[in-house]
Amino acid sequence: MVVIGAGMIGAACADALARRGMRVAVLDRGPVVGGTTGAGEGNLLVSDKGPGPELELAVESLRLWRELAEDLGPRALEYEPKGGLVVARDRQAFTELQASARLQCLSGVTTVEVPADALGELEPHLAPGLAGGVHYPQDAQVQPALAAAALLRRARDTGRVHLLAATTVTGLSEGRVETDAHGTLLCASVVNAAGTWSGEIAALAGATLPVLPRRGFVLVTEPLPPLVRHKVYAADYVADVASGSADLQSSAVVEGTAAGPVLIGASRERVGFDRGLSVPVLARLAAQAAELFPALREVRVLRAYRGFRPYLPDHLPAIGPDPERPWLFQACGHEGAGIGLAPATARLVAQLLDGEQPFMDPAPFGPGRFGKEQA
Amino acid sequence: MANSADAVDGHDLGDRHERYDLAVVGAGPAGLAAAAAAAEHGVRVALLDSAPWPGGQFYRQPAAELRASRPQALHHHWPAFQRLLARLDVARERVTLLADHHVWSVTGGSGAFAVRALTGPDQRQARQLTARQVLFATGAHERQLPFPGWTLPGVVGAGGAQAMLKAGLVLPGRHVVVAGSGPLLLAVASCLVTAGATVPLVAEAADYLGYARGARVLAANPGKLVEGAQHGATLLRHGVRLRPRTAVVAAHGTDRVEAVTLGRLDAAWRPVPGSEWRVPCDAVAVGHGLVPQLELPLELGCRTRRLPDGSAALVVDAAQRTSVPGVWAAGESTGVGGVQLAVTEGELAGLAVAGQTAAPRELLRRRARQRAFAELMAARHAPGGGWTQWLDDATEVCRCEEVTARQVRDAVSELGAPDQRTVKLLTRAGMGWCQARMCGPAVARLCGAHDDGAPTRPLSTPVPLGLLAECDTPAPPSEGAPDDHP
Amino acid sequence: MRRGPLDLVRARPETPFEFSFDGEPVTALPGQTVAAALWQAGHLAWRRTRLGDRPRGAFCGMGACYDCLVELDGTPNVRACLAPVRPGALVRTQRGDGHGELR
Ligand SMILES: Cc1cc2nc3c(=O)[nH]c(=O)nc-3n(C[C@H](O)[C@H](O)[C@H](O)COP(=O)(O)OP(=O)(O)OC[C@H]3O[C@@H](n4cnc5c(N)ncnc54)[C@H](O)[C@@H]3O)c2cc1C
Ligand SMILES: Cc1cc2nc3c(=O)[nH]c(=O)nc-3n(C[C@H](O)[C@H](O)[C@H](O)COP(=O)(O)OP(=O)(O)OC[C@H]3O[C@@H](n4cnc5c(N)ncnc54)[C@H](O)[C@@H]3O)c2cc1C
Ligand code: FES
Repeated sequence: MVVIGAGMIGAACADALARRGMRVAVLDRGPVVGGTTGAGEGNLLVSDKGPGPELELAVESLRLWRELAEDLGPRALEYEPKGGLVVARDRQAFTELQASARLQCLSGVTTVEVPADALGELEPHLAPGLAGGVHYPQDAQVQPALAAAALLRRARDTGRVHLLAATTVTGLSEGRVETDAHGTLLCASVVNAAGTWSGEIAALAGATLPVLPRRGFVLVTEPLPPLVRHKVYAADYVADVASGSADLQSSAVVEGTAAGPVLIGASRERVGFDRGLSVPVLARLAAQAAELFPALREVRVLRAYRGFRPYLPDHLPAIGPDPERPWLFQACGHEGAGIGLAPATARLVAQLLDGEQPFMDPAPFGPGRFGKEQA
Repeated sequence: MANSADAVDGHDLGDRHERYDLAVVGAGPAGLAAAAAAAEHGVRVALLDSAPWPGGQFYRQPAAELRASRPQALHHHWPAFQRLLARLDVARERVTLLADHHVWSVTGGSGAFAVRALTGPDQRQARQLTARQVLFATGAHERQLPFPGWTLPGVVGAGGAQAMLKAGLVLPGRHVVVAGSGPLLLAVASCLVTAGATVPLVAEAADYLGYARGARVLAANPGKLVEGAQHGATLLRHGVRLRPRTAVVAAHGTDRVEAVTLGRLDAAWRPVPGSEWRVPCDAVAVGHGLVPQLELPLELGCRTRRLPDGSAALVVDAAQRTSVPGVWAAGESTGVGGVQLAVTEGELAGLAVAGQTAAPRELLRRRARQRAFAELMAARHAPGGGWTQWLDDATEVCRCEEVTARQVRDAVSELGAPDQRTVKLLTRAGMGWCQARMCGPAVARLCGAHDDGAPTRPLSTPVPLGLLAECDTPAPPSEGAPDDHP
Repeated sequence: MRRGPLDLVRARPETPFEFSFDGEPVTALPGQTVAAALWQAGHLAWRRTRLGDRPRGAFCGMGACYDCLVELDGTPNVRACLAPVRPGALVRTQRGDGHGELR
């Protein structure tokens, strides 16, 4: 087996495959976690997903994350089952939030309605005047780079996984992966976990996969005492996530980290791979965070970073074999949820590869769903 | 415009969209020369510096209230500085000096750059201006290589000790061991002894004999020789011993430094076993050369090159133009080369920005000569790979996040981190307040690199979140930022 | 008295004043930064680190390292090497992140 990409998805796939006894080479043109995995946040969320296949995948994934944290030790991943708190600015937003929470319940999500006067117990520094919120105890967090590196290490410890960093894939056909640094590798199947660049990998094999970059900025504050206890965001975030527009959307998710800094992220824009700093985007994140937590106003932002989420037009990942090339498995396009969805994605890939009954119907993630003309 | 911020107060436009032809970031020797040369040819210049006075690292001066009547006692080339200030004064109609303005971001493209700065007490006020072109003369900070005990109070940067002395007229201690590498050490030691400290010795990790091989370049730079000789004479007069191929391999003390262990080094900077000896002291001034401050131009996509000492510097053409249209650079940001080169480059850049295409040949010759000298120095003082051997597991490599050498090494060997960025993600080394300014070069080298890396810092200084929230005016239209993969 | 930096540059500073460092009076010269005044009084440390509770003070001397963070007049995380000290200033050793008020 060859897994292309040593990000969160590639790491999870390598681990899942190795656990089933397969021999795997993981290739990456850069270092481990050098792609979007090292440039994003590690929210493991069910709260931001409406009923449907993505939520089903997320519920399973969060269960698997819990197992991983038990197995590897929470510190190795900086796993924190801290829960999410979605807040509504006004009555109407609260009513809508409550309605969507009820729907989520039916998909196995635990939700707890929080009236306005009880918000302060969960988050003492939250701004006054909010209409209410919903608490999602399942939401959790990992440090994505650590988590991916830890999974890769566990996979390598099986003795069946080889990591070939600084190795670019230059050609792809049945049974053969051509690389710049290690020549041609022979293999039974290939897992395309090249994230935002997986469209390029698909193209090498003659397949089409319309993966696009969706830029995100994250703000990082100076180290603080535990000021923000949950993942806190305003209800309009969910609408941003689902938006197909190229314009800027941002609704800041505010979260504390074990190390001290508060993370504020992330904006969503489709501007290609433009790495240019956009101060107005940072300003919007900052303003939204300050609106939720006024105490943050005086705090300094030490750093901002950016990443490019792998984005597919219908906001669902591509998981499974290419319809015309059964040897090529796609595991990409997770957009802003690749960390959260990684373990379940890997499980699905492994089950499909092994010819086993998958834990859920993989059809909604079918890589063939875009047809050819769209690319 | 005298040597204080008076000129700024006089010109406070209070307008969020002040427009200039040129924004010069950094009022050290390079920025001062560039601003003067450009303004003399009709360019309207904003000259910004985070410090309360112009002068940069070299011409750092005592605060006005200290009423020093002979500040030149701590500086060479003081008259040259006075001449630069006088030229700016003559051109004051066209130069707005914005002291106490720390630029945290420059965005946009040729014709319209947005320059955003923090000002006021503790940098908690915002100021934004627009400039058609921008020139980076942001200088350098010191390269630090850790050793056991280097986080003890009393162990300070060599340049830092000098800066505190020049500006505040204070010393960190009475018996100061000076150590590290590079020509700055001699200048620092000579400052310290002149100011009344004793310097038990100057430990230089490199081998001075190296200079001999570059004799031709040295001979072409008599100014440098004279300067070195003056420092040498001062040190001789004070009985300061100079030890090449020697390093502080550990500092000792509980709550402050009380002694150091020195060790001989081989040519690769590996400590020679059994060569250690102990020297009591109450302070250590240490530095291993200088690293250009490039975060602002890097964000604009300016290309860099590697110097022989492993530092990254901006690529500039004959007119000091960077690879990005409308962006210029001079001084240490194009490669560390000392005050005279900084002035020469600033002069050339200022003339070029003003459209004076025919630069005086003499200036061009001087720049070529001084650059050659700089590269020679960089090569001679390039950190040897063996320094990592004096680290023990518990040595804190990252001072801000207290990450030890052991943690960094584990990230490299156990988790497969091949570079500074990956180590940062896996250990937090470089994620703290200083954003890897102190640990970056060391971490890059612990990963096996022979260079400092070039960490990006989208914000070049911490920004209060409340202020950032107000920066919602869009940047002027950019001519396209570079595409690349992370 | 032995020769020091002030003699060297023939400084005739304006009248010295006092400020408080962890409750103790310290004398400063007008124009000095907090760090310079503390050095002059023989103090090299005014911060305890977040994780190891180790003492720290000025290191780079030029605003780049943030090792010199101190609490000045109730505001934490002020760079002592840049901030001027004023008569009557209340300077306190900063502990950890300095944000005890948010705990
Ligand atoms: C700002 C931001 C915030 C985010 N926040 C969250 C969050 O809170 N929760 C969450 O779940 N997700 C979040 N995400 C999304 C998440 O980071 C991604 O979905 C996830 O990292 C994708 O992982 P990956 O392994 O598919 O891709 P990557 O990590 O990008 O890995 C792909 C790898 O493929 C390699 N590669 C590419 N081309 C080639 C080639 N030709 N040859 C060899 N190798 C190649 C690349 O070098 C790269 O290392 C965020 C993203 C961003 C940008
Ligand atoms: C600590 C130190 C001590 C030194 N001592 C000596 C010495 O004794 N002898 C010697 O020959 N050379 C010394 N040097 C080298 C010296 O820097 C150069 O010789 C010369 O000063 C370079 O001039 P410059 O204009 O390029 O940079 P600098 O003099 O460093 O000037 C850069 C200026 O830019 C400002 N700046 C940087 N970033 C920003 C920003 N984002 N916003 C606003 N302003 C900014 C800085 O405040 C600084 O004033 C020293 C360097 C350092 C770092
Ligand atoms: S001493 Fe480095 S920032 Fe003050």
